[in-house]
Amino acid sequence: MHLCFLSINIISFVADPLSHEFMRKALMMSSLVAAVCGFLSSYLTLKGWALMGDAVSHSVMPGVVVAYALGLPFSLGAFVFGVGSVALIGFVKQKSRVKEDTVIGLVFTGFFALGIVLVSKIKSNIDLHSILFGSPLGISLSDVKQTVLISLLVVVLLSIFRKDLILYCFDPRHAKTVGINVSFLHYLLLTCLSLAAVVGLQSVGIVLVVAMLITPGATAYLLTDKFDNITIFSVISAIVSSLLGIYLSFWFDLETGGSIVLVQTFIFLFAFLFAPRYGIFKFKKLTSNY
Amino acid sequence: MEEINYKNYRIEAENVCVDYNGKVALYDANLRLNPGQICGLVGMNGAGKTTFFNALTGFVNISKGKIRINGESLRIAQQDQAIAYVPQSEGIDSQFPVSVWDVVMMGRYGSMNIMRTPRESDIHAVKDAIDRVDLMELSSTPIGNLSGGQRKRTFLARAIAQRASILLLDEPFSGVDIRTEKLISELFIQFKKEGKTILLSTHDMIHVREFCDLVLLINKTVVAYGETSEVFTPENITSTFGGMSPDVLFGPES
Repeated sequence: MHLCFLSINIISFVADPLSHEFMRKALMMSSLVAAVCGFLSSYLTLKGWALMGDAVSHSVMPGVVVAYALGLPFSLGAFVFGVGSVALIGFVKQKSRVKEDTVIGLVFTGFFALGIVLVSKIKSNIDLHSILFGSPLGISLSDVKQTVLISLLVVVLLSIFRKDLILYCFDPRHAKTVGINVSFLHYLLLTCLSLAAVVGLQSVGIVLVVAMLITPGATAYLLTDKFDNITIFSVISAIVSSLLGIYLSFWFDLETGGSIVLVQTFIFLFAFLFAPRYGIFKFKKLTSNY
Repeated sequence: MEEINYKNYRIEAENVCVDYNGKVALYDANLRLNPGQICGLVGMNGAGKTTFFNALTGFVNISKGKIRINGESLRIAQQDQAIAYVPQSEGIDSQFPVSVWDVVMMGRYGSMNIMRTPRESDIHAVKDAIDRVDLMELSSTPIGNLSGGQRKRTFLARAIAQRASILLLDEPFSGVDIRTEKLISELFIQFKKEGKTILLSTHDMIHVREFCDLVLLINKTVVAYGETSEVFTPENITSTFGGMSPDVLFGPES
């Protein structure tokens, strides 16, 4: 394998897969999905919603199955169950003495299990493997349209309410005090999270989609102190991971979703070790005004 | 019973109760403050100080009672930018990637358009506020790189930029350097002259005597409320702090 890798030159490494239509489509769609998830990731990381991202992305499973079975757009089903799971988490938390992280774990695994049971029960041509692990190489035309529309919607929403969302993540009490509708922002961010999970699962599948929503933002957070830059770095690292992940999966016959997430993890590790200010081996001293 | 004219009060809290999932955090809290008054909120940790602030900013819903700000409902007060809250350092993620300028600009958000695009007047207000807390040189510094005192001044500047008539300050003097303490003291005098109403929580008894016209002693409810010279007595303090004498709490000098 190693010898094989060394023998192909960079140009053919990049260019050869492009001669296949399914690869061009996969690369384009995955970049779009990565950009959206990376964009959202900068908010989620700073809001501390990693677990929430995990919960929502797993909870969409039964929604996807039901939508497929009824011939509805899968994004609709996923969205209903994604937001539904969060509402349920909030309800159980409020009405019982069980702690929040326990409730989150409880609700999303319940939803996820329901999804798996439904797949086994509903006789259809749902491919469990592609839902769980993604299938960017086999994306259909109707999926492409949906993905583009949802991606645009998420990016537009996050851009219009960008400053309010930053304030909401940073200091919700101040937002409330100056008359900004905090519950609206809460549900807006949740809606975007559900939608991004829906588009993300096509690339890497339900099991790993949370990585798309967390890792790029976490990586970027190690690199800069400016919110704008966090978003930019997050989007770039997400796109690079997707492209590289797909190429590696093409050349070495790897599971695509796993390959994409693994590249993301390596980029995070690199930042963790060598980030200029916040890495383990930082080479720039922290400025101090004490 | 005396007829209350709400318009006379900046802050009017009447029998305010707050509970979190059935657990009472504050009950029957009353407070009336006029323009230009500084009131100290004194109580133990967990006595309901932050809860009271949360109720007055509308961050938690009250389960009973009434809050009027300038004679209007809280919602209207929020929209009018009437209340500014200066948080305790612990209540804020100090590593959040925003600069001093960004934070102070957030004081203007409530009066901006939906995209929060700063107008000339907003930029002017932010500059002016940063200048008043003496942080101009650090305006583009991320808050994570500031000292505790500088961070406190940043949030004070946000309240100034907001041009609120009521300032709620949670432990404004805790964890700050002498320079910041002096600056905050001077600002208080200016705020008072400008007719702003200030409610501040503090553990420091000297600050209460120094700044506060009124004091509100609380322990889940109001233990005593009134002019500092009358209310801030060793007996009242002792009952506020669950039977401990001021000598034990603050040393024999208090």
